[in-house]
Amino acid sequence: MAAISREEVAHLARLSRLAVTEEELDTFAGQLDVILQSVAQVGEVTAADIPPTSHSVPLTNVLREDVVVPGLTPQEALSGAPDVAEQRFRVPRILDEDVAS
Amino acid sequence: MTTTLPAYDEVVARYEPVIGLETHVELGTNTKMFCGCPTDFGGEPNTRVCPVCLGLPGSLPVANKAAIEATIRIGLALNCSIADWCRFARKNYFYPDMPKDFQISQYDEPLCADGYLDVEVGGELVRIGIERVHLEEDTGKTLHVGGATGRIHGATESLVDYNRAGIPLVEIVTRPVPGTGALAPEVAKAYVTELRDVLRSLGVSDVRMEEGSLRCDVNTSLNLPGEEWGTRTETKNVNSLRSVERAVRSEILRQASVLDAGGRITQETRHFHEDTGDTTPGRSKETATDYRYFPEPDLVPLAPDTAWVAELKAALPELPRLHRRRLQEQWGLSDLDMQSVLNAGAVELIEATVAAGTTPAAARKWWLGELSRRANETGVELADIGATPAQVAELQGLVDAGKLNDKLARTVLEGVVDGEGSPTEIMTNRGLEVVSDTGALTAAVDEAIAANPGIADKIRSGKVAAAGALVGAVMKATRGQADAKTLRDLILERLGVQG
Amino acid sequence: MTDLTRMTATDLAGLVAAGETSAVEVTRAHLDRIAAVDDRVHAFLHVDTEGALAAARAVDERRAAGEELGPLAGVPVAVKDVLTTKGVPTTVGSKILEGWRPPYDATIVQRLRAAGTVMLGKTNMDEFAMGSSTEYSAYGPTHNPWDTDRIPGGSGGGSAAALAAYEAPLAIGSDTGGSIRQPGAVTGTVGAKPTYGGTSRYGLVAFSSSLDTPGPCARTVLDAALLHQVIGGHDPRDSTSIPQPVPDVVAAARQGATGDLTGVKLGIVKEFTGEGAEPGVMAAFRDAVDTLAKLGAEIVEVSCPHFRYALPAYYLIAPSECSSNLARFDGVRFGLRVGDDGNRSLEEVMSLTREAGFGAEVKRRIMVGTYALSSGYYDAYYGQAQKVRTLITRDFTTAFEQVDALISPTTPFVAFPIGARTADPYQMYLADLFTIPTNLYGGPGISVPCGLSEGLPVGLQVMAPTMADDRMYRVAAALESVVGTFTPPAL
Ligand SMILES: [Mg+2]
Ligand SMILES: [Zn+2]
Repeated sequence: MAAISREEVAHLARLSRLAVTEEELDTFAGQLDVILQSVAQVGEVTAADIPPTSHSVPLTNVLREDVVVPGLTPQEALSGAPDVAEQRFRVPRILDEDVAS
Repeated sequence: MTTTLPAYDEVVARYEPVIGLETHVELGTNTKMFCGCPTDFGGEPNTRVCPVCLGLPGSLPVANKAAIEATIRIGLALNCSIADWCRFARKNYFYPDMPKDFQISQYDEPLCADGYLDVEVGGELVRIGIERVHLEEDTGKTLHVGGATGRIHGATESLVDYNRAGIPLVEIVTRPVPGTGALAPEVAKAYVTELRDVLRSLGVSDVRMEEGSLRCDVNTSLNLPGEEWGTRTETKNVNSLRSVERAVRSEILRQASVLDAGGRITQETRHFHEDTGDTTPGRSKETATDYRYFPEPDLVPLAPDTAWVAELKAALPELPRLHRRRLQEQWGLSDLDMQSVLNAGAVELIEATVAAGTTPAAARKWWLGELSRRANETGVELADIGATPAQVAELQGLVDAGKLNDKLARTVLEGVVDGEGSPTEIMTNRGLEVVSDTGALTAAVDEAIAANPGIADKIRSGKVAAAGALVGAVMKATRGQADAKTLRDLILERLGVQG
Repeated sequence: MTDLTRMTATDLAGLVAAGETSAVEVTRAHLDRIAAVDDRVHAFLHVDTEGALAAARAVDERRAAGEELGPLAGVPVAVKDVLTTKGVPTTVGSKILEGWRPPYDATIVQRLRAAGTVMLGKTNMDEFAMGSSTEYSAYGPTHNPWDTDRIPGGSGGGSAAALAAYEAPLAIGSDTGGSIRQPGAVTGTVGAKPTYGGTSRYGLVAFSSSLDTPGPCARTVLDAALLHQVIGGHDPRDSTSIPQPVPDVVAAARQGATGDLTGVKLGIVKEFTGEGAEPGVMAAFRDAVDTLAKLGAEIVEVSCPHFRYALPAYYLIAPSECSSNLARFDGVRFGLRVGDDGNRSLEEVMSLTREAGFGAEVKRRIMVGTYALSSGYYDAYYGQAQKVRTLITRDFTTAFEQVDALISPTTPFVAFPIGARTADPYQMYLADLFTIPTNLYGGPGISVPCGLSEGLPVGLQVMAPTMADDRMYRVAAALESVVGTFTPPAL
């Protein structure tokens, strides 16, 4: 059974903000299917009582003192921007309302 | 389409509202959550940024110790338990005000959880359950250009400023609050007010709703008695205490009208409009993104040890409700009087005035009287009126020393509010001191007697009450700078009448 | 005069310090070499001629002023294009960052400058370090100096090829699943992945944050150790940086060079049976094991039963983190923007930008990661992979209770012809079979040349416990003292 359909790839592409072509949908569907079926092997391990590892360093509480350090000038900050107006980053119109914090 | 909304009292007699509040508080730390950029309000766009808060490739976050401590202190003040181990998580969604297109937040491991806050509504104590208190980063600010009134709809482009991006943001989430009935809007407002006072007493934020350092989302649902809770909506952008109350009320009415018409409530976010007081729909939950939370690999876990938490707990200030109770006792006020002090927002002002050496009664008189009146007239907060507790105490000192009478003191206070200087300076500069020089007063009295022979005769004939007319005349001549009692005694004495 | 480009970094630094040559001369020699051969190798994406010469002049001036110079002062270094360099283009091998000049230096780049090394330029790599052959660079493949029709490994193929082609004596790489060690193996050079947290990631454009580890590349073990010492150590700007000094890798490399491994216990992983590996690679590895035994090492077999799940776990964890790390490439603050015609919405422009700016392998991994993190799939994919990670770490811990270090071939196969594995993405993934477990565990690993198979280099991998990087240098240097270094045919 296929792990992933063409429609699912289209959904993933949209979530990932990738305007994939029709042709790519076919290619990716096949490739992702192979990859996902292969990586699904992790499910063979019985690990119900095993804690997950998110970090390999045994550190906790790495904190910074609340002291101001110099940052970038606005010129530096905006130097790589594709489009700038009024010392701000200009973007095309936004359709979605803020999803908020 | 116009819908007629049912009457509020009638609605809450039939439906039971359940409310919940999510509050975001910008912390008043010197620097941002994960970088050393300053957090001060305002400033030219993109002047408080660095590779980290701009999300430049390769940059990495390092957590601000002061923000962690402030969050733990908030948690302790809200009676939460503090996690002994927790992680930050990434909340993934694309939005231009979020530099990395994910927000560093906390997901299933909040720093603080399971607390409560007691609030007083109509003399009753309501316990609001706190589900969680967690730490995250604020977004940048987007300016919508080309549309009407800066709204997103109709805009042709947007401009982004990242000065605010990365400011530490504490999210405080209540448990659902059922059973408040018709009082639901008031409870919501009282909760946010109390929370604001708690945050202020902790000194962790300037909690100014108008500047956005405290922002509220209000969840509301309705159900019929005995039935399960209804579908809730989440009203965003509720940015003043008054709006909290209005938003709940308006949403109760809206939902009731939908339900009465046989409709169903959609789980959605709604936007509150300050101008009209109503809400309009935003995104519905069906189209909501999957945030794909996972532990933030760039930050190691937080593990506050018991000693650290105990140290923070020991340094907590007295919390506002207990503090108020103690003051009420000290000041000897009835519940009603205390309520009027609270309503006027004068607790801290009176407290500071007393601390500067005045009796509670005198301090209360000035702040609730003259100064509250001025604040109402000019539409400013009492705290921003322009007179300080020290000045009020100084003023009362002058009264107590007999240098000002009540009327003069009011004049001097006007001057203080208008920024003319300290009470003593104003009194001296404007020559408002009570005339205590008996020689000068005697001369003025004699002059008044000579000018009003008829009245003088009446007094001599025993009509002592007529002395008031002469008091008035002398007061006018001395521009009010005499003490009325002293003056009256002097008049009677000069006319050889026993008082 | 001897050819400066054929010398070790150690010797070059000695000559500069002694005034027998200048940093400028050393730099010029390497720039000339790049000009002569890089059109055939394509190791570099950007050569910073002026910056390099200015840095070299500064070193010469400091020397003339009598200043004490560091152990690598005046030595040129090639930097993988994954590290940010202030004012110098940084592309990560991707079209999406074409032309981007970062406003800041990575910590490692700062340390390289402070040590007086001379940055020659930025080296080619698989786009966003996703690949094992450098064929996935948006700027065309790098060619292996041993045979320019073959791949130089990846993702750090540019850095390894620059060393093998004598374009640079030192290079920086980054290793997420083998991207330093695997190119080292197939180009006959040395590549070390330090303990995760032992080298700063600040300024390393992230692929997979919990795995990415920058590290040294060189032609000799001692040179790699010297470079490791310069770039390593605690960085307060990286929360995952270990607040401890770098283990004394230089002393360990010197000790190993004496050729004595008496008392050292080395483990061969039972589960690395050689299945899927080329016979020539396994033969060279077995010869190297014999050599190590002759040097006094005790060789034992150890079991790491969960290593067989390392590859699938890696290809879930790394794509998951990458799907989030690469979200910021949205055409708002830096880099490419496509399709902004005044009518399209931001969402459309973002999607067109990312579609045009990312290559196929990057898109595949972003989508796999997005899938693995989705609600409903998280537990079975990402969550389960994190548990496998725990089990692999336990395998290592158990193994290191029995032995000082583990050894294996670095790669299952020698450099393959360009184009041989691109049709099947999963076949490419197998190149990292032996290197990935170390990344999941977080420990150090090094690849050192151990022989040839069909005329192409084979590498031996030494894996050590976390923060015991010195151990792997000792073993690698001991092997090197016997088998020597490997010189490719003239280009
Ligand atoms: Mg939030
Ligand atoms: Zn910043």
